[in-house]
Amino acid sequence: MEKYCYQGSRRDFLRKSGTLAAFYLAPTLLVKALPLENIIPTPAPKEKIKLIVNGVERSAEIDSRTTLLNFLREQLGLTGTKKGCAMGQCGACIVHIDGKRMNSCLSLAMFNNGKTVTTIEGLANGDQLHPLQEAFVVNDAMQCGYCTPGQIMSGIACIREKRAASREGIQRYMSGNICRCGAYQNIVDAIASVQASGKPV
Amino acid sequence: MEKFIGIENDSPRADAVEKVTGRAKYSAEHRIDNIAYGVFVCSTIAKGTITAIEEGPARAADGVLDVISYKNCPSTPGYEPLQADGSKNPKQWWGLKVLHDNIVRFYGQPVALVVADSLENANAAAQLLIVQYEREAFETDFNAARKDAAKLKTSGNYSRGKANAIDEAAVKVEGEYNIPIEVHSPMELQATIAVWEGDDKLTVYDKTQGPKSMQGTLARLFSIPDKNVRVIVNYVGGAFGNALRGWHNVPAACIAAKKLKRPVKVVLTRPQMFNLTGYRPQSWQEIKMGASADGKFLSIAHNAISMTARYEDFREGIVNASRFLYACDNVQTSYKLLPLDVSVPTWMRGPGEATGCFALESSIDELAYQLKIDPVALRLKNFPEVNPESKLPWSSNYLRDCYEKGKELIGWNNRPVTPGSKKEEGMLVGYGMANGVFGAGRGQASVRAILQDNGILVLQSAVSDMGPGTTTAMMKIAAENLQWPIEKIKFSLGDSDLPPGPTQGGSTTTSTLGTAVHLVCEALKSSLQALAQNHLDEFKNVDTKNIEIKNASVVAGENNVAISTLLKKAQKPSIEITKDSQGTNAQELKHATNSFSCHFVKVHVHPKTMEIKIKEVVTTADAGKIISENTARSQMLGGVVGGIGMALKEELKFDHSTGQIINASFAGYRVPLHTDIPKTTVWFVNKPDPIINPIGAKGLGEIALIGLAAAISNAVYNATGKRVRDLPITPEKLGYKGK
Repeated sequence: MEKYCYQGSRRDFLRKSGTLAAFYLAPTLLVKALPLENIIPTPAPKEKIKLIVNGVERSAEIDSRTTLLNFLREQLGLTGTKKGCAMGQCGACIVHIDGKRMNSCLSLAMFNNGKTVTTIEGLANGDQLHPLQEAFVVNDAMQCGYCTPGQIMSGIACIREKRAASREGIQRYMSGNICRCGAYQNIVDAIASVQASGKPV
Repeated sequence: MEKFIGIENDSPRADAVEKVTGRAKYSAEHRIDNIAYGVFVCSTIAKGTITAIEEGPARAADGVLDVISYKNCPSTPGYEPLQADGSKNPKQWWGLKVLHDNIVRFYGQPVALVVADSLENANAAAQLLIVQYEREAFETDFNAARKDAAKLKTSGNYSRGKANAIDEAAVKVEGEYNIPIEVHSPMELQATIAVWEGDDKLTVYDKTQGPKSMQGTLARLFSIPDKNVRVIVNYVGGAFGNALRGWHNVPAACIAAKKLKRPVKVVLTRPQMFNLTGYRPQSWQEIKMGASADGKFLSIAHNAISMTARYEDFREGIVNASRFLYACDNVQTSYKLLPLDVSVPTWMRGPGEATGCFALESSIDELAYQLKIDPVALRLKNFPEVNPESKLPWSSNYLRDCYEKGKELIGWNNRPVTPGSKKEEGMLVGYGMANGVFGAGRGQASVRAILQDNGILVLQSAVSDMGPGTTTAMMKIAAENLQWPIEKIKFSLGDSDLPPGPTQGGSTTTSTLGTAVHLVCEALKSSLQALAQNHLDEFKNVDTKNIEIKNASVVAGENNVAISTLLKKAQKPSIEITKDSQGTNAQELKHATNSFSCHFVKVHVHPKTMEIKIKEVVTTADAGKIISENTARSQMLGGVVGGIGMALKEELKFDHSTGQIINASFAGYRVPLHTDIPKTTVWFVNKPDPIINPIGAKGLGEIALIGLAAAISNAVYNATGKRVRDLPITPEKLGYKGK
């Protein structure tokens, strides 16, 4: 029986990842069918990546299983991008990848090799806040502040995508961003005010 | 584009810029060298014992530092039953105890902590742990079990007046109300980083609503002095009650860090958040009300049962508001607990009252239709001039103002008197209203003021701010008291080394902490007046009471000297004063102390699909003086959103054949989204309470939500003529049967 090891090239890793996923999802089942000595977990392959984060080139050798979210938070210390679910269901981790909004928890860091990533930390120009950051402050579009970076990154994209022409449009195209404190109305007010101002985002 | 009513002239939330730039650091985000990551492996049975743990493959996995389970978990003093004080229930720490024994008490209970050098390695290795169990029969089905009286624990009965008064009532209503489990689900995951220096000095970065209480908990847990424990919580990413106490992640991180002599971080996953950090317990209620033909309440009987864990009791005040929110001579309430094989519930925003007011306020609405009296008029008719339970006068009760303004703002005149009789844009239209009430307490707090010679005033207290804007409110209290520029005031919190502050909960923080801020400002004022008289020639002959503090200066008539100059003349680099504020209760104040809210809701219901769309909410509150209008308004908006979730969306579901929660994610557990939010208007009475505290503020956090679900349900009834007593209200419960 094939041993559950994985080593070698990235292609090899990707080829085997299906098997691995099944293994991780149903360990007890598989383990019962296998002698324990056949389960020899070996290190996940490392990947070298280079990407531009908030205008700065970042090179790193990473565990290939690292999500972009965990890479930003745990390795780069860019904790402005929040982890709310790690399942793509809450929007707290939204960043811009090559200008488009993306749940960073759903993207492996290595898939972003060569790409340009903007996080909440990359919006302000020194003390000069981005217009939507400023609007969030003015409209008190936050309470605990934890969903706020995701809401702002998503809100900027919402305006760029031309979905912010009406309150209903904003609500619909922001519904991937959960706020449990319930700052929704003020968030929509903030996005609507920037849309109305015509300021470039 | 229309902008809903905002606060144009109020200063922004104090920590807004930190939050919008991502600089605000939440508990999992502190950079600690050499940190290790702990991941829980959780039970896959609901009840039984662990018979074997095969650690081989997990330990062999890359980067794994340890696998901690009951087999090798170091003994912890606090894990032993608390026997020093006989009155303490030895079970009381079970909600905190973890990896302690081989007993499984609920599905998803942590049975091991896998610690590795990276999160990826810890997650992978956690999947390799093989745990075997011996199962026992379990019970998780609240509705099935509550019918067996032998399984219930009585938790208090109350009675006043005649028990059979309902017999004399001209009009009676009776109904059973069911509310499922709701889960706080704050956006921030529960997180702890534990760092030991030696064997007896512990620093913990923890998501907690009470840094001081967590410090005490940890000191007892590890039997070390309080001063050797430092709890840091700069920001709390929402909590709504679930961080009022510590959960398994706290001791697990501390134990692992101690065992490995290395900092350890444990962050719960979102599915774990649904099971390991408390929830609003499932409940059943029964209300019987009787009124005279002209609408006077003759009798209220309110009985409730709520679930708890078998290993720990959790009770809340579900039936309490029925005793005092309306004038009624004959009131009986009972409350029972139903222990099940589940994790322990905890306080969730509007604890108890949110549940109870859904039933009470729905019943009153029903009574209004039977009596053919407007629901607001019926409430006015039964307005209690004093608290009918304690017979004490209200410290303040401006519910009447709320009724009047709420009716005006929602357009109550447009409400159809006959349910289901009005359409708008092809939709059934309904209006509803309901009240909320919560105790307005005041606890103990201590605040230190440090006035620097540059005129910066720093206030400090060991509290946390989970989002209501405590920092902002405290700065505003000081700014008003001392006529000080708000940009020269700083409020620091979130560190147990600061003077003891209250745990943030129960709508008491502003009242409690604000009183201490007020006292320390008064003391500082006296100190500055005396200093001015003693050290400034131009003030030598001025009576201290005629020396004003204004704009960071001392002022008397024409004389105006900056504080920085005064401190230099007095040769003081700074002034430091700490003041304690003692707590007080209703009996001491000889007044009943409560906050009140009244919510008005307009809904549309699709006549065929029965889909409910909330069109507008007007939420009004008597919360005493509003300290910070901006953040107070936001808190009210948040309560509305929470109420919408409670009324229309939220329900945690079990598979009772396994005892497992089946919708433990944001995909399965439905929370309000942007698209669910109607235009919401907030209105405050904004009259100071003259009794509770010197600042005139009552609490706000709970009443923002309490009553909302009933207001929505009442509006849905007005639109459709269908009374739904089981939350959440869904199209199916309104009679939609599919195409």
